[in-house]
Amino acid sequence: MGLGGSCAGWLMQAPCWLGGDFSLSEDTQQQIIRETFHLVSKRDENVCNFLEGGLLIGGSDNKLIYRHYATLYFVFCVDSSESELGILDLIQVFVETLDKCFENVCELDLIFHVDKVHNILAEMVMGGMVLETNMNEIVTQIDAQNKLEKSEAGLAGAPARAVSAVKNMNLPEIPRNINIGDISIKVPNLPSFK
Amino acid sequence: MALKMVKGSIDRMFDKNLQDLVRGIRNHKEDEAKYISQCIDEIKQELKQDNIAVKANAVCKLTYLQMLGYDISWAAFNIIEVMSASKFTFKRIGYLAASQCFHEGTDVIMLTTNQIRKDLSSPNQYDTGVALTGLSCFVTPDLARDLANDIMTLMSHTKPYIRKKAVLIMYKVFLKYPESLRPAFPRLKEKLEDPDPGVQSAAVNVICELARRNPKNYLSLAPLFFKLMTSSTNNWVLIKIIKLFGALTPLEPRLGKKLIEPLTNLIHSTSAMSLLYECVNTVIAVLISLSSGMPNHSASIQLCVQKLRILIEDSDQNLKYLGLLAMSKILKTHPKSVQSHKDLILQCLDDKDESIRLRALDLLYGMVSKKNLMEIVKKLMIHVDKAEGTTYRDELLTKIIDICSQSNYQYITNFEWYISILVELTRLEGTRHGHLIAAQMLDVAIRVKAIRKFAVSQMAMLLDNAHLIASNTQRNGICEVLYAAAWICGEFSEHLEESNQTLEAMLRPKVTTLPGHIQAVYVQNMVKLYASILQQKEQSGEKEAAQEITQLMVDRLPQFVQSADLEVQERASCILQLIKYIQKLQIKEVPVAEEVIALFAGELNPVAPKAQKKVPVPEGLDLDAWINAPPSDSESEDEKPKTIFHDEEQRHSRHRQPEIDEEELARQYQDTPGVEHIPVVQIDLSVPLKVPGMPMSDQYVKLEEERRHKQKLEKDKKKKKQKKEKKGKHRRHNSLHTESDEDIAPAQHVDIITEEMPENALPSDEDDKDPNDPYKALDIDLDKPLADSEKLPVQRHRNAENLKSPDTEAPLVGKKSKKPKKKEKKHKEKEREKEKKKEKEKKVTEEGKKGEDLDFWLSTAPPPSSITQTQSEPEGSTVLAEPEENEDAKKEEQEEDNDEGKKSSKHRKKKHKKEKEEKSKDKKKSKKKHHHSEEEPAESVQNGTLDDEPLPPMSSYCLLAENSYVKMTYDIQGNLQNDSQVTVSVIFENKSASFLKSMELNVLDSLNAKMLRPEGSSVHDGIPVPFQLPPGISNEAQFVFTLQSIVMAQKLKGTLSFIVKNDEGSTHEKLDFKLHFSCASYLITTPCYSDAFAKLLESGDLHMSSIKVDGISISFQHLLAKICFYHHFSVVERVDSCASMYSRSIQGHHVCLLVKKGENSVSVDGKCNDSTLLSNLLDEMKETLSKC
Repeated sequence: MGLGGSCAGWLMQAPCWLGGDFSLSEDTQQQIIRETFHLVSKRDENVCNFLEGGLLIGGSDNKLIYRHYATLYFVFCVDSSESELGILDLIQVFVETLDKCFENVCELDLIFHVDKVHNILAEMVMGGMVLETNMNEIVTQIDAQNKLEKSEAGLAGAPARAVSAVKNMNLPEIPRNINIGDISIKVPNLPSFK
Repeated sequence: MALKMVKGSIDRMFDKNLQDLVRGIRNHKEDEAKYISQCIDEIKQELKQDNIAVKANAVCKLTYLQMLGYDISWAAFNIIEVMSASKFTFKRIGYLAASQCFHEGTDVIMLTTNQIRKDLSSPNQYDTGVALTGLSCFVTPDLARDLANDIMTLMSHTKPYIRKKAVLIMYKVFLKYPESLRPAFPRLKEKLEDPDPGVQSAAVNVICELARRNPKNYLSLAPLFFKLMTSSTNNWVLIKIIKLFGALTPLEPRLGKKLIEPLTNLIHSTSAMSLLYECVNTVIAVLISLSSGMPNHSASIQLCVQKLRILIEDSDQNLKYLGLLAMSKILKTHPKSVQSHKDLILQCLDDKDESIRLRALDLLYGMVSKKNLMEIVKKLMIHVDKAEGTTYRDELLTKIIDICSQSNYQYITNFEWYISILVELTRLEGTRHGHLIAAQMLDVAIRVKAIRKFAVSQMAMLLDNAHLIASNTQRNGICEVLYAAAWICGEFSEHLEESNQTLEAMLRPKVTTLPGHIQAVYVQNMVKLYASILQQKEQSGEKEAAQEITQLMVDRLPQFVQSADLEVQERASCILQLIKYIQKLQIKEVPVAEEVIALFAGELNPVAPKAQKKVPVPEGLDLDAWINAPPSDSESEDEKPKTIFHDEEQRHSRHRQPEIDEEELARQYQDTPGVEHIPVVQIDLSVPLKVPGMPMSDQYVKLEEERRHKQKLEKDKKKKKQKKEKKGKHRRHNSLHTESDEDIAPAQHVDIITEEMPENALPSDEDDKDPNDPYKALDIDLDKPLADSEKLPVQRHRNAENLKSPDTEAPLVGKKSKKPKKKEKKHKEKEREKEKKKEKEKKVTEEGKKGEDLDFWLSTAPPPSSITQTQSEPEGSTVLAEPEENEDAKKEEQEEDNDEGKKSSKHRKKKHKKEKEEKSKDKKKSKKKHHHSEEEPAESVQNGTLDDEPLPPMSSYCLLAENSYVKMTYDIQGNLQNDSQVTVSVIFENKSASFLKSMELNVLDSLNAKMLRPEGSSVHDGIPVPFQLPPGISNEAQFVFTLQSIVMAQKLKGTLSFIVKNDEGSTHEKLDFKLHFSCASYLITTPCYSDAFAKLLESGDLHMSSIKVDGISISFQHLLAKICFYHHFSVVERVDSCASMYSRSIQGHHVCLLVKKGENSVSVDGKCNDSTLLSNLLDEMKETLSKC
């Protein structure tokens, strides 16, 4: 899918580029993020979730497909080889996976653990192509990798974890749940991909 | 040491980690940049430390900063250090950073090759996984070339997790290193049938992506995908496949026919909107591809349009959007069926969602006709006024122009109206499309002669009001129209009424604020205008006025001479001198007008944009040839120009005649019924012209209606006259009476001038392809056999090594992995015989059979059971007849189907399905052959081209053993690398509904032939089959045997043991077989030149023997093909019905044959180093031939 299937996510407060296969300079990336955020954020609740590609994202073959959850926007940029409704569903799978991996994901989880978000995304999308759509499979792999990480840290990791726990206690912000339960976007009759 | 470690980890606790960094940035909103540069300094310190954990933490923070837009490429080397950490935790951080910031320009990237290779072969699957993920983001051509083979090995990894990633990344590798496509493709294709759904999905993904770019190379996979489509339940995979079919059908309409039914079924049955939508889309693609030949698909179109209407009417905006999107595809071929939903689409124009409005706009494009163009554009103009946001308004503007100008202004009946629309559009604020409007104005004014007078008057008005257009800097885009206005007024100044006033307007000081290129046009065209005024005045004898106008020019031009724009300055000063000279002449009372006007004499004709490119290179002109002899060059460079020129010539020969185009235009604009006969209605031009300021296009709508009404009345009158004269034609005229598009005559006698093109050239898009398209490199024929030079650059593993690790199948590029074949289960003995024969016939080896294979699959869509028998009766050659014949056959079949009624239809359907599968399998198998058995196809190409007759299909696989659970077929190939080894490829097919596992193959070794077992196992141990078989699946395994003597055929007894697992439990089963090594299986097809062959025969070291077989009915060519295929010979030379053939055994025996065909018999004389081998070979051949 070449350029398409490239995906990027934007968090409302700290928009960030979640990768994809543009080999673009940081400046261009930031520009794309800003413009896309601008485009997406001014859209009403009740409009379709597709945006025609501008020149910035590689021309008319490409589309922005996004979903909006509370204060978060998840935007994928895909080309015509992807099914639009399929990508909407993929975003849903992504968010649900985040929810599972972070246990009730909230915006701050994503802000403070961008690396983890990346790792989760890497199990779903690889080099701009969809790798896995089955949530259970993704979660299994992520869990296994986390276990491996823990076993590597062993004893030496314990004090660092303790310190980090103490640090996190002083978090000034109170995490807001993005509440996956009542997502208002209706995707009609989309069965989960097997 | 231990203390140091603890200390290190305590130090680390107080380093900033990623969370601290994020928190810090959030707390320093005001001086973020400063804070971050502080952090970067800290990170630089951390990177200098030895502790890898500290480094990893630093890299992790850098990755985050990269996401915020900071350049971190300076840390590339540190990233590589972290990538090569032994711990997965750090490795992952390193690869993540690399995937974010490495790209082709990163110079240290080549240092990663070995690290990545090491990680790819790591025993820890997550190390491999993370390396693959990272690599997918930053793979470069060099990395792709060096790692292609490692990745290909991973495609057969035991863990599906690795397999799927390896399969997916291959696409990236192909893009960067296209040479890898052909060697890797067979394995990729194999993965389409991987037992793991994730791997399968990845393979589908990759192949779909490849096929989307170069569909024609993947047409031969259609049967396989068809099977997947009918069997898969994974919606993601289904969508991909269905989309792929959408790309394939335009190339092969018969595929479309085959698809319609299953797709329609899916549309009716699926509950997933995404799937439904893609099905509709592909059905549309099918219908488009069929639209030329097959008119009778109205039911399917109706179904699609109906489903789409439901989508568009849905409250969900996403569905509405997609519905409109798909509708626009139908529009192209079946505008009628969409036009009936005009109401719905116009309604969508008012939608609050911009995306939806844009889609609706697209649809409008195809819905216009001469009748409704004005009405639709009027609606759009209203939207233009209402639109907020320039993007949408610009879009509207381009759409209006697109709609009006489409197919050479086909739908415009009144160009005055169109010009007024264009003029109205100039009032748009802040549009980017000034140049578009300008281009239209120029185009219309130049090409529609009749409109020039009107156009000039409008343009003069624009020039007069230029201050409105150019005043606001924000409206910069629109001032482009002044460019057109000035040019039109100058070029067609003879039509100008108030020329003095216009000249005055062009000389205003304000003009100097316009962009340079517009001023330049002003300057040039004011001279044209001046020339025509001068002529006017001189002719009417007003010398004073003439001198006045000259004085005006002399007074005003200096302001342009001062221009900062070079072009303007140059033109102005040049013209100023000219005018001053004219002034001198005028004072001497010399008439100058004629000479001045001569400067601009002659008419400019419009030239097509690509005309220059199409000018053929004149014969004898070699643009690449050296004018002077080049300095001494190497040979290769000398040859280059030649080939380039050769290409050029070929391209030119393809151009078609332009006449068609012109004729069509002529028909449209001159032969429109009524144009010649009906006097053109005079429109009161004063109406639009008197409107103060700008014209109102709306008035034209009204006027047009009146005009049409009048026209109709006149026509009717005329008809009445005609009626009186010719009563017979009464009916035809009546039918004309309804106002159709053709009835509407253009208001002006329009003479559209076609754009000029060189002779014999036609505007075409073929040269529009971007030569830099990265996907072009992947346009590779995948059906050609692999050449030795194409293999991936690696050390090759031997078959024997392959055995030692059956789980990670070694990457043998040329390895054969033929697809299993299926035969029908329980047939009577006789029928099976026939089946076998048929199967053999179906097997095709000839190059170019690819097409015919597909033909076969496509044309035998529903073969009723009765046909299977009739098919096997005629001689082989008719089975694979030409496509037309197949079409006929198919029709017949269908008729038969109908005749027989539907009593047994259910039963038959099942059977069809089975047969379909069977055929697709067969096809695959023969496809596989193309890829793997390198020598065979090459050689049979050579043989096949001798005659044009199609060869009967053949299979080298024969039945090994079969019971109710499993069926084994096998083929033996000599091993080139080892003179005492042969490879036996066995296809295992699970015929039962249970799962087969723990398969183990064992043979009783003889003195002469032994199975090669992994090291350390005894001669009585079996070899495990490296896969399990789910129900209905087949797979292939290879076993290597060593032989001492190859002069005699061998038979080995063996057993396959396996565990059958189903719901009721598992049982242990066995199947005995006899493996037959024929002497032919020791032969390796080797080409031989005729002179070498002659020498060999002369040498006299060969023993001779001969056979004769009577009752041969097949053609000589087929006979040779059979010998080539089954006995591994190649044809050295063929003269009439006599041929010499050659082959070589794995142990180096030469075998020469002379085959002669008599009336009804064939005689074969053979010569070979070993007489026993020869006689055995001839005996085998006799058996084969007697079957013919």
